[in-house]
Amino acid sequence: MKKGILLHEADDDVGVATMDLRTGEVIEALTLEGERVTEIELVDDVPLAHKVAMQPKEAHQDVVEYGRAIGSSTTAIARGAHVHTHNLHGKRWSGRSQIVEHHGDES
Amino acid sequence: MSEYHDISLTGYRRENGRVGIRNFVLLISVDDISNAAVLGVQNLVRGTLALPHPYGRLQFGADLDLTFDTLIGYGKNPNVAAVVVIGIEPNWTNHIVEQIAETGKPVRGFSIERTGDLQTIADAARVAQQFVQYATELQRVPVEWNEILVSTKCGESDTTSGLASNPTVGRVYDRLEEGGSTLIFGETTEVTGAEDKVMERCSTPEVAAQFKQAFDDYQDLVQSQGVNLLGSQPTEGNIRGGLTTIEEKALGNVEKMGRCSVVGYLDQAEAPGGPPGLYFMDSSSAAAEMVTLCCAGGAVLHLFTTGQGNIIGNPVLPTIKITANPLTVETMSEHVDVDVSGLLRFEYNLDGAADLTMENMARTINGRLTCAETLRHDEFVLTKLYRSA
Repeated sequence: MKKGILLHEADDDVGVATMDLRTGEVIEALTLEGERVTEIELVDDVPLAHKVAMQPKEAHQDVVEYGRAIGSSTTAIARGAHVHTHNLHGKRWSGRSQIVEHHGDES
Repeated sequence: MSEYHDISLTGYRRENGRVGIRNFVLLISVDDISNAAVLGVQNLVRGTLALPHPYGRLQFGADLDLTFDTLIGYGKNPNVAAVVVIGIEPNWTNHIVEQIAETGKPVRGFSIERTGDLQTIADAARVAQQFVQYATELQRVPVEWNEILVSTKCGESDTTSGLASNPTVGRVYDRLEEGGSTLIFGETTEVTGAEDKVMERCSTPEVAAQFKQAFDDYQDLVQSQGVNLLGSQPTEGNIRGGLTTIEEKALGNVEKMGRCSVVGYLDQAEAPGGPPGLYFMDSSSAAAEMVTLCCAGGAVLHLFTTGQGNIIGNPVLPTIKITANPLTVETMSEHVDVDVSGLLRFEYNLDGAADLTMENMARTINGRLTCAETLRHDEFVLTKLYRSA
């Protein structure tokens, strides 16, 4: 089976695609230690370095990565779905950019 | 797989027992108008390293202190064998000389008033020549991992940073902490969204309170400028790369801590003085400023993770560049010391990536120049807190 998702913690709600993943593919998810966690069927295309839902979420639930909440779901999210700004908002989010992205941005 | 365990480490043991991995004769300019003199000495005497900079006059308060703490910290750094200090007038020059002299290393000061540049350069060059001949006879001796003060910072981050290169540094930090090393991380601005995690890791309530104070002061500073940094993070580039929230970005950043406890808090440019372990230094997230502050705090080796390819270096603090982004490895190979993109291809796990990094660290400690050193990336950037008088 194709390995293509890395998890920071084995019980994180989201994993990260290590290559471009396509709808319908069944992909093996591993921890950084190299331990197999699960396999998952993609229900969206997920680009390299974007997030995949490892379990389904209702709207307004915490989404955990690195073992901690990185924000909450804005809609229901299916297992195997692409998780990004369309269905996840940070709890610290307070509206878009007042500081424009500029050459001096470090990261 | 590499065998960093098999590599014996060597370094320069200084008069105060501290260990350096380079052996510079440093020419410190106290102020902007003395740059010409230190550059004059550098031109005359092979093996000297001048540190010109744009400040040092009519600063006041904490801003003045930070400039001089940084210059003194560079002189004290164990990567430096001996120091010549040149300033326009004797008082500040002597202040810096006396502080550096506490280490026991050779240091001499020269002031330009009542002498002029040309005589000052001649006098300083004679001393610098002696210092170079002294330094070039110093021998490397066997040293241990836990004698190497290591610092870290990330820059031009992308999703590969949080996913692979930052956790790699975290695993290296875990190993070094276990072995009794002293370690530095910081970036007060970039932990926003993960500040609670840093606080939980602080080993005492006092350290947590100091960290929180620095963090709150920074938030107040941002607000006082009428901007909302939360709204700018993650950047558009971050979002294209897959980062969704500021919490996620910050958690990726603090992966560099590994599972270490934070045993102490450092002001900008402050040297760790307590027990071994991981220290948080209040610092900018601008790469050159942060690395400069680490060097002033006594770090002798720096681990710099990057996604899109930050090319920074430092004149005194060797900076190892680590990336997991295969495109950066392919297009900017002359800047990449450690390629851990194999983590994303499942060629090895986090321990394998940490092994690769520590092998490169061992070779760098033993004298191999980093990419940034070979390419003359000598960014020495003082942190300016506010405008001068």
